[in-house]
Amino acid sequence: MFERGQEGGVELRLSRDERSLLAGLVAELRAVLDGAPGDPSLRRLFPPAYDEAADERAYRDLMGNELLDGRRAALTLVAETVEHERLSAEEADTWLRALNDLRLVLGTRLDVKEDTFAEELQRDDPRAPAFAVYGYLSWMQEELIAALST
Amino acid sequence: MSTSAPVEVEAPREVHDFEHDRPWIVIVWNDPVNLMSYVTLVLQKLFGYSKAKATQLMLQVHNEGKAVVSSGSREKAEHDVARLHAHGLWATMRQD
Repeated sequence: MFERGQEGGVELRLSRDERSLLAGLVAELRAVLDGAPGDPSLRRLFPPAYDEAADERAYRDLMGNELLDGRRAALTLVAETVEHERLSAEEADTWLRALNDLRLVLGTRLDVKEDTFAEELQRDDPRAPAFAVYGYLSWMQEELIAALST
Repeated sequence: MSTSAPVEVEAPREVHDFEHDRPWIVIVWNDPVNLMSYVTLVLQKLFGYSKAKATQLMLQVHNEGKAVVSSGSREKAEHDVARLHAHGLWATMRQD
């Protein structure tokens, strides 16, 4: 799926279907970030820094927009490079963060727990398709990390 | 051995501001979504830790539920927390 390329970059070996799935997921998350930044499924993207409420508000005021903009920019970059054959080291690093954000949001929606995958999901479970996407994204992220670590 | 007369010790003029000097620590908490390999990579990248050190911290997070990954002034800790948040890790900070 990913192969170590030149100068720290990676070669993208993704099928048309995979690229289209990824583009769709990225567009969907981008729409939620733009349209409903307070959506509960985004909770894991913006965890609190402080226990104390006043400190946390100050942190939010200082960093909130920067963190939101960084996430938007990462999704934009993936959308722009999803059809490419190779990624630079910097682009690959951004892909990694965007894939992680997709998994955090999907994992929140699916209420993924430590032992979620210990029990086999029934085929007729209505969450099965979303779990399949989650599993696919996890595998993709592992593959990208492996390519970047070789 | 002679006993010298008690010496009067002058109290330090400035009361040291221990409250301000106590370092802040940055804690990464375990969560069921972030991949172990990803957490290790992020700790290497953000803090320049060796693969061995980053792996050890990641395993501490995984096995014990949390690990202190950096410490320092409040400003440094807040900067570190923000970078960890940008990478999707569940990080908080508090004064030690």
